[in-house]
Amino acid sequence: MNAAGFPLLSLITFLPLAGAAIIMFVRGDEQVVAQNARWTALWTSLVVFALSLILWFQFDRSSAEFQFEERLEWLPEFGVGYRMGVDGISVLFVLLSTALTPICILASWEAITARVREYMVAFLVLETMMVGMFCALDFVIFYIFFEGVLIPMFLIIGVWGGARRVYAAFKFFLYTLLGSVLMLLAILYLWYNAGTTDIPELFNVEVPRAAQTWIFLAFLASFAVKVPMWPVHTWLPDAHVEAPTAGSVILAGVLLKMGAYGFLRFSLPMLPHASAEFAPLIFVLSIVAVVYTSLVALAQEDMKKLIAYSSVAHMGIVTLGIFTFNMQGLSGALFTMLAHGVVSGALFLCVGVLYDRVHSREIARYGGLAMIMPAYALVFMVFTMASVALPGTANFVGEFLVILGAWRVNPWVAFGAALGMILGAAYMLYLYRRVAFGRITRDDLRRLLDLSPREYAVFTPLILLTLWMGIYPQSFLSFFDASVAALVARHEAALGLASRMAGM
Amino acid sequence: MLVGAVFFPLLGAAISGLFGRWIGDRVAQWSTVICMVLAAVCGIGAFAQVALGGQPTTVPIVTWMEVGGLEASWALRYDTLSAVMVMMVTFISTLIHLYSVGYMSHDATPYRFFAYLSLFTFMMLMLVTADNLAQLFFGWEGVGLASYLLIGYWYEKESANVAAMKAFIVNRVGDLFFMLGVALTFFVFGSIEFSIIFAAVPDRAQDIFLGVNALELIAVLLFLGACGKSAQIGLHTWLPDAMEGPTPVSALIHAATMVTAGVFLVCRMSPVFEFAPTALALVTVVGATTAFFAATVGCVQNDIKRVIAYSTCSQLGYMFFAAGVGAYQVAMFHLFTHAFFKALLFLGAGSVIHAMSDEQDIRKMGGIWTKIPITYVVMWIGSLALAGIPFFAGYYSKDAILEAAFAAHSPVGMYAFILGLAAAFLTAFYSWRLLILTFHGAPRADAHTMEHVHESPWVMLFPLLVLAAGAIGVGYLFYPLFIGAHEQAFWQGSVFTGPDNHILHDMHEVPGWVPIAPAAIGLAGIALAYVMYMIAPELPGRLASRFRGLYLFLLNKWYFDELYDALFVRPARRLAEVFWKVGDARIIDGMPNGAADLAVQASRGAVRMQTGRVANYAFAMIIGLVIFVSLFLIGFVR
Repeated sequence: MNAAGFPLLSLITFLPLAGAAIIMFVRGDEQVVAQNARWTALWTSLVVFALSLILWFQFDRSSAEFQFEERLEWLPEFGVGYRMGVDGISVLFVLLSTALTPICILASWEAITARVREYMVAFLVLETMMVGMFCALDFVIFYIFFEGVLIPMFLIIGVWGGARRVYAAFKFFLYTLLGSVLMLLAILYLWYNAGTTDIPELFNVEVPRAAQTWIFLAFLASFAVKVPMWPVHTWLPDAHVEAPTAGSVILAGVLLKMGAYGFLRFSLPMLPHASAEFAPLIFVLSIVAVVYTSLVALAQEDMKKLIAYSSVAHMGIVTLGIFTFNMQGLSGALFTMLAHGVVSGALFLCVGVLYDRVHSREIARYGGLAMIMPAYALVFMVFTMASVALPGTANFVGEFLVILGAWRVNPWVAFGAALGMILGAAYMLYLYRRVAFGRITRDDLRRLLDLSPREYAVFTPLILLTLWMGIYPQSFLSFFDASVAALVARHEAALGLASRMAGM
Repeated sequence: MLVGAVFFPLLGAAISGLFGRWIGDRVAQWSTVICMVLAAVCGIGAFAQVALGGQPTTVPIVTWMEVGGLEASWALRYDTLSAVMVMMVTFISTLIHLYSVGYMSHDATPYRFFAYLSLFTFMMLMLVTADNLAQLFFGWEGVGLASYLLIGYWYEKESANVAAMKAFIVNRVGDLFFMLGVALTFFVFGSIEFSIIFAAVPDRAQDIFLGVNALELIAVLLFLGACGKSAQIGLHTWLPDAMEGPTPVSALIHAATMVTAGVFLVCRMSPVFEFAPTALALVTVVGATTAFFAATVGCVQNDIKRVIAYSTCSQLGYMFFAAGVGAYQVAMFHLFTHAFFKALLFLGAGSVIHAMSDEQDIRKMGGIWTKIPITYVVMWIGSLALAGIPFFAGYYSKDAILEAAFAAHSPVGMYAFILGLAAAFLTAFYSWRLLILTFHGAPRADAHTMEHVHESPWVMLFPLLVLAAGAIGVGYLFYPLFIGAHEQAFWQGSVFTGPDNHILHDMHEVPGWVPIAPAAIGLAGIALAYVMYMIAPELPGRLASRFRGLYLFLLNKWYFDELYDALFVRPARRLAEVFWKVGDARIIDGMPNGAADLAVQASRGAVRMQTGRVANYAFAMIIGLVIFVSLFLIGFVR
């Protein structure tokens, strides 16, 4: 039943909690506690990452089934159970979460000085929640993890954030919670309808046509906020700006993927008719997101805000790709999600490098950094180019596939998505020019140090990953090929069946 | 050997770029030069094997992506078309690397420069050896990146940064259409691999998409992409500004190689274009218009590099309209000869700038021909070749283009022929205007600069001499292969010409005055320049003040930049500001913030009621009781 021979997914999910518990019990001098907390957190996350690599090697790429499954009875009379498992769609997100966490802990090494112990605990709890969410195969378990993510993130922003952290944290929390309540109602309906909350079983239960619309809207309310889609995106720039660097990395890298993952996992397979009906709406919202937020990004004066808006634009490409319902579009959307997780996470780290040194995110504060920090300038350039989807970097593959897939649905949709190519280049290059190029006008900048060994350790894996994903994406695409093909087939079968029924 | 030609430059770029700071400038730059020499040797070998030996082949490397019927792989496709480009790119690039050793010797970070230059060469080679549209796009964007980095190489100069950004973004506009063209190709053919597309073209000739012929639409979209890279009218505005980069960059990227990628694309996709007559007509008109437009602007510019840049733009127009009338081979031939003499002109200009202590304004030059004789001679050779004077390289290719345009016997062909002839006249005129103002007459620079005028070192002169030999000889040498008697055996079908396309034959059947006309009109242009700048040097000023409107129109490059600024740049910025400050902050955020305010107000109201005095609560309870009781009684009575 389980390729690893032991409950691997539960181990990956709950091991960080064990690490967090250890950190909680550390006693002693504040300095010692902080140092212990850092090392414990780092080692825990590294062990988790190493364990999750088993998934990479043992995952059967030719199968669309759920793998590494675990099942425990919990509330059998209600059809609710503890069930974990990954398929091609979720497995790489588990890896993304476990890979980004140690990087984030490293990035917070010196940046966080107050309440280090609590911070590390929050991060490890966050890891548990993220991994659990991607592994859950029961709707109730999923919902618990899905909402549970909010709590550590709320604390990370609210406690270790910038000046307006409380406002941002509440905005983040309330926005996402509002959608979630509606999702809970939808889950209750689905449970009532099918008598179970087991996700693979729910795939086989048809939802009445009239109800599909309402459930889709309820899911949309929740997922659209998480993605975030225009016009419910405004919590994201505020959250990013106020969050500490590592918080931004996880927010952009993993949390933004939860909404799109929800669409892929629930809306598409369970509500095929409503998805097809609402696809035009999603296209419009996505294209507005691409064009509108790209333009807004162009006007930003705060580095983090600019990158936050660019994330909204990139997620527009993702939602657009998901609702094309074809192989290229869906694969492209999944690949963009992964690529964006790496690249925009790295961009936030790039901002963090400067913020640690100068304590300012204002773009006008910088200029001419290429002269004093050449290695940093190179790293920043690599990720800038990755963000504008230069071929050979990760983002290109996703964007290319989405545009190809969108063209098959409607050429104008493809055109709208492709507009992002121009606008994306405009705002990213404009940012890079103002930060790295030009003459140095402020004397204090001259004393800045180039990347430290710790920062090299943070960036090197991300650069390698970005190039690897761009040059040989096949090693990632092959993971979700079978699952996406099955998803497309199921979707087409559901629609085809309905149209034949209507014909009779 | 086939792989080495492409990957040696990447090796050089990696050595110099990643380790340049540790191994020192000399080691870094010479390692790139050595890698380039190796690549050039491989490139010439590949040309001999593939084009002369007649062994086209494809070297597969690895799968790139494979998603539900879409397949793209990394592979090197070597047929005659790509072998010509590989040889030309590696050869010219090697010379320019060598030249740069001298030119960049006073620079602070030469390793960075050489890394970019080698990276560019690698990307260009990936572009020309692509065997599918995705890999071609990789090279296409890669050269764009290298061009961006090199234009902005002196990043402390604000103008260089602006020019670099402009180049990248304007190119991206073209790339948008390229991308859509690829998407449509995939939609129509179910593949983006050249061999599959080309085989399927005849079957798809009648496909309709969005109410127009699908192949026509593909061709137009790809051509719009080509317009961006090859600086055709409308998307040309980045090229003159790109002269902010160091001169070897202008020679390699913005004259010999990258800007010709668009022409290469049209030739590569010739099987599709042959089935798209309307698209070809568009190519012809745009090409001819660009040839003429750029030549007119070139006549009044005062920056030595900008004059040559507009000349490049104009020559690219020639190549496009040659392809537009179906003479792809002729277009490739002009691309090939142009690479030699235009690189020569740019490097010569670089030598002049080097001698004049970084002065670029030709109004501040003059009287230096005796001081830098070798540069002077090679500039003459380059100009003669550019103007199409008999037996120099440009003569063979440019004559053939105009003959082909004439032989097309179509309205657009005639349009191209007439504008092409006019542009030939202007080309000769501005070339000699440049030569005379730069080298002859009284010295107009200050005494200090004049004292320092010196011939360049041998490391710079050697490439100049090699290119000069090329500008003299390649036309005559390669004429039989490219468009002459051995044409069919040479191309081996790598450039497709439809069964009704006899242009290569017809161009030899034109009336006798047509082949003579370009050379004659070129001589007339030279004569006019001689009169205006040598004999009566006050004449240009008088003309400029007489026809002030026209002069300003030309000097301001037909006001394209101002137009785009008003049409796109400023509205985009205003829109950005409005979306952010009004859309996001006031409308979208306004609603939840308003709701939050409302909740706060309501709770404040509620708070006020809870005074904590027992009497108040008791009073409220009594009131409530009274209401309920009366409601109950009323209901009861009923």
